[in-house]
Amino acid sequence: MELELKDVSKTFDKDGQPYQVFSDVTLSVPSGQFVSLLGPSGCGKSTLLNIVAGLEEATTGQVLLNGQPITGPGPDRGVVFQEPALMPWLNVLENVTFALKALGKEEREERAINYLKLVHLSKFIKAYPHELSGGMRQRVAIARALAMDPHILLMDEPFGALDEQTRMMLHKELLAIWSQTKKTILFVTHNIREAVQLSDRIVLMGTRPGRIIKVFEVHLPRPRLATDPEVARLEEEIMDLLGVEIEKVMKEEMGDEYGAEKGHLLHRTSSLVGD
Amino acid sequence: MNTALRRVIFFIALLALWEISYRLNLHLEFTPVRSFPNVLGVLEQLYIGFFGEHKILLFAVLTSMKRLIVGFILALIIGTLLGIMLARYKVVDETLGALIIALQSIPSIVWLPLAMIWFGRNDMAIIFIMVIGGTWSMALNTRMGFKNVQPLLIKAAQTMGYSGFPLFRKVMFPASIPYALTGARLAWAFNWRALIAAELLATGGLGHTLQYAADFFNMNLVVAIMVIISILGIIADQLFFQRVEKRVLTRWGLERA
Ligand SMILES: Nc1ncnc2c1ncn2[C@@H]1O[C@H](COP(=O)(O)OP(=O)(O)O)[C@@H](O)[C@H]1O
Ligand SMILES: [Mg+2]
Repeated sequence: MELELKDVSKTFDKDGQPYQVFSDVTLSVPSGQFVSLLGPSGCGKSTLLNIVAGLEEATTGQVLLNGQPITGPGPDRGVVFQEPALMPWLNVLENVTFALKALGKEEREERAINYLKLVHLSKFIKAYPHELSGGMRQRVAIARALAMDPHILLMDEPFGALDEQTRMMLHKELLAIWSQTKKTILFVTHNIREAVQLSDRIVLMGTRPGRIIKVFEVHLPRPRLATDPEVARLEEEIMDLLGVEIEKVMKEEMGDEYGAEKGHLLHRTSSLVGD
Repeated sequence: MNTALRRVIFFIALLALWEISYRLNLHLEFTPVRSFPNVLGVLEQLYIGFFGEHKILLFAVLTSMKRLIVGFILALIIGTLLGIMLARYKVVDETLGALIIALQSIPSIVWLPLAMIWFGRNDMAIIFIMVIGGTWSMALNTRMGFKNVQPLLIKAAQTMGYSGFPLFRKVMFPASIPYALTGARLAWAFNWRALIAAELLATGGLGHTLQYAADFFNMNLVVAIMVIISILGIIADQLFFQRVEKRVLTRWGLERA
């Protein structure tokens, strides 16, 4: 058992009022699994990931990594954010070696180059982030996180800002890297199709109150084609559950106008599958 | 017609107009002839000043440059330290920060009488004026730089095991360089103005030579010094600061290449 969350809740202080993002989150992620956290925006996916990363503290509950409580960020957990968060003043190689400060210079560079090869960027080690495309930058960020050789890779909508083609390519690359490195991956997304394509397990989160609604074990072989009836059925099932959650959010945000907009809304819900 | 050519033509026309007015004045005497500088006279003064027996312009430039560099470096160091304090400690920001904003709006030359009493009519007094002139903008821009470091960069560095001083040195500091650079450019501009003003009233350097030329009614020398001051200013700003700033902004991804 690698990562364990027991009855975790998080309460923020919002304009002086306590605001509970989620509660009763209990989840265990065994070594080597690819687990997605899927849910409507605002349900606390990033908050949960940040707690595991050690960037936020859980208000109540326990978060254990290999039996040890998490007290802060550490190199045993590599994090990839939606934005690549590269240091703009460092070139690609330096950005990766940035994560390896404990090693000697030569070992650092050798290791960085190896991981840059893994994400197919060895030709760009001297380039600066502003000279790269969005997809390339995100690959540098992935190489940087992997180079620390963490137990677990935490990814917060890492492909959310990319176009469809680039995202599909990076899905393939990520799965290849995952099978090569055998890392545990905790992957946050609000995109149903992305979760279904990638994960061994999908943790569906709901909102108001934030919580885990349901956990899906996905045993389908990869690559998972959208045309495969099993894949389509799973997507549909998740969409039905998620649709209820999204309607809840909309109702709350739009009040009386909600009825009038309903037709439009359904369309919006189904577009969740695509992007 | 390209920009460079248009500029050359414009400046030649300007010089020609100046020379024509000078010659008209020679005949018609709108104003006393000796108070009207002319192109050749200015060039002659520049030549004598740099290559003649006494080389007064050369020495004046060297004196001023020496002061400028010392004053600038001091303003950078003090300004950066102040800026870090302002960004780091809220109490300092709320107290000293307010004072600095107030001081920034005062021309630094008003400190000269005090400076001359404290330090005498010497380099120290002039450098003091320059430091006062440049430090505040350096401090305020450095503060801005640290305040505007993207929180995501800090978070990312934390996940890679950075905290405390290493986080400051490897992330906060480099991330704030574009702002610090703007601060440095402003500090230099304020230093330069403060220097000439202080030298006009105190002693030595280009400012003092300017005063001396005026006392002796040598208008060609006055204009020659004006030319030197503007050329030095342009060199520093266009050839140094603007280039460095452009490179940094491009690399930091704040401006398209
Ligand atoms: N630092 C914070 N202070 C106060 N509220 C926050 C903070 N971070 C997140 N929240 C709130 O918590 C909720 C969940 O946010 P987040 O975890 O980013 O959701 P998600 O990633 O699922 O979209 C949102 O309502 C957000 O406004
Ligand atoms: Mg999020």
